[in-house]
Amino acid sequence: MSTQTTTQTRVEPEAGQSAAVTYTPAAESIGAVLTPGERPKRPSPAAASTAFGWRAMLKIKHVPEQLFDVTAFPIMMVLMFTYLFGGALAGSTQEYLQFLLPGILVTSVVMTTMYTGVAVNTDIAKGIFDRFRTLPVWRPAAMVGYLLGDVLRYVLASITMIVVGLIMGFRPAGGVVGVVAGVGLLVAFAFAFSWIWTMFGLLLRSEKSVMGVSMMVLFPLTFLSNVFVDPSTMPGWLQVFVDASPVTHLVSAVRGLMAGAPAAGEVAWVLVAGAVIMAVFGTLTMRLYNRR
Amino acid sequence: MNRRVTDLAVETSGLVKIFGDTRAVDGLDLTVPAGTVYGVLGPNGAGKTTAVRMLATLLRPDGGQARVFGHDVVREADAVRSRVSLTGQYASVDEDLTGTENLVLLARLLGHRKPAARDRAGLLLEAFGLSEAAERQVKTYSGGMRRRLDIAASILSTPDLLFLDEPTTGLDPRSRSQVWDIVRAVVAHGTTVLLTTQYLDEADRLAGRIAVIDHGRVIAEGTPGELKSSIGTGTVHLRLRDPAQRPEAQRVLTRALGVPAHAEADPVAVTARVSGTGSEYGAAEEASRVLAELAAAGIVVDDFSLGQPSLDEVFLALTDRPAEPAATEEAAA
Repeated sequence: MSTQTTTQTRVEPEAGQSAAVTYTPAAESIGAVLTPGERPKRPSPAAASTAFGWRAMLKIKHVPEQLFDVTAFPIMMVLMFTYLFGGALAGSTQEYLQFLLPGILVTSVVMTTMYTGVAVNTDIAKGIFDRFRTLPVWRPAAMVGYLLGDVLRYVLASITMIVVGLIMGFRPAGGVVGVVAGVGLLVAFAFAFSWIWTMFGLLLRSEKSVMGVSMMVLFPLTFLSNVFVDPSTMPGWLQVFVDASPVTHLVSAVRGLMAGAPAAGEVAWVLVAGAVIMAVFGTLTMRLYNRR
Repeated sequence: MNRRVTDLAVETSGLVKIFGDTRAVDGLDLTVPAGTVYGVLGPNGAGKTTAVRMLATLLRPDGGQARVFGHDVVREADAVRSRVSLTGQYASVDEDLTGTENLVLLARLLGHRKPAARDRAGLLLEAFGLSEAAERQVKTYSGGMRRRLDIAASILSTPDLLFLDEPTTGLDPRSRSQVWDIVRAVVAHGTTVLLTTQYLDEADRLAGRIAVIDHGRVIAEGTPGELKSSIGTGTVHLRLRDPAQRPEAQRVLTRALGVPAHAEADPVAVTARVSGTGSEYGAAEEASRVLAELAAAGIVVDDFSLGQPSLDEVFLALTDRPAEPAATEEAAA
């Protein structure tokens, strides 16, 4: 059996046993690994979180298909809504794109956050969670690790959409600085917002129910906002909801930054909302994580 | 609080865990001496897994107390976590990652720097016969390989106490005996092992002491020998030449020994317990008298043996029902 079998994916029932010599556990070699000298010092919260983040990267490396939702899905969103609504709402698709792109960027990234909950829930079902929970490390590290991996996904989705937008004629007045600031604010908010899904990932029994709840929350939250149309055309009761939605404020802030006319009030609103969401749902998440 | 910290790996009293209206663990008292293999034996749904998960800080007890090396599992959970490892019933390794990546990840989470983490992973994979599969995703591993990687991941931290929850369930015979050898090597090194199992022979082979649990509490405890002798000195196993003579043989045995003789699945086999109290010369003498009576009754006996009762028989005697077919409505979470 050669050692060049790294990319094999088929299951070999007795791999390494039928062909080679049967494995016989040796007391000496097992004893040797149990005698490591000094135990290392426990890792810092940052080191533990980074290690968990590294795991998220490895999963992307081994299962690259999972990036579909942060590449193909956002491209589809930009194309679909620009050409569907552009002519009707703004007179031309070009003009509508300037209005829509920051909004659809927010919609796509905020929708992507739900996969955090799915990932947490899948791991619980598989039992690796038990391993993590018995480790003597900083307790939130495992959760922060998921989110570090997800931040990469949010950045990827943002880059994809902006590139597609630029090709289609999106011309942000804020320039590179404005666009980077807008994406930075969006990713920071998405990081905070994801704690809602880590909580549901721990709380709900199955991956399907996590998806279901996520959709129930995310669809109204993203569509009932200022992403697609100006809220002044909506009935009064709906305007109240839309004005209170964090997505509306996030979209206004990102639009402002990208247009080179940052609205400090909106940015501050988003940062405060993010901090509150993280404080509340981060606490609930850790409570569930420790309690399970 | 520090008394006898080194003597006892686990000490529980009146431990309780309730799921809904099921008392999964219902007043469990366990005392596990350090440096041994301790077997927790019981059928599915007896509360074994729930008990282990509480001891490994994964579940909060609803009542009672549990200490691991003198540390309370609730109030000093972190201290407990730094000394124990758990290999659960379901592989607690990441299937998408390779064997090496799994172990390097854990090594880093335990504070090893990257080069040291890689060294340690390599050493473990070597010791567990997984070097060739090291760079393959775990989802391509066989059940036995997966279980070995899982145990390797558990001893990476050099725990003082290793929980193995049904470590050989679902494994083929060869992988089973490999896991047994691993357990022996681990305990020979001084690590305490708490092993749950529903296989009676497994507890018999590995454990120095066994707690038999049923409905969330201990119904018997002791060395395998003590458990067996507590229900009688031994059992006679007979094989007759003619199955037609079996009912008569049963009558003779029952009369001579004062206990019912069991007809086995094999139509020529009969077993009966020998208490050893019927003769001042012990169970063997009593059994030999039975043989003489069988011969006098004209029953041809081809094979005869006097052995200790199996743990199966122990369980039957303790609960009045067999251990094996686990008709369970309450899956121990």
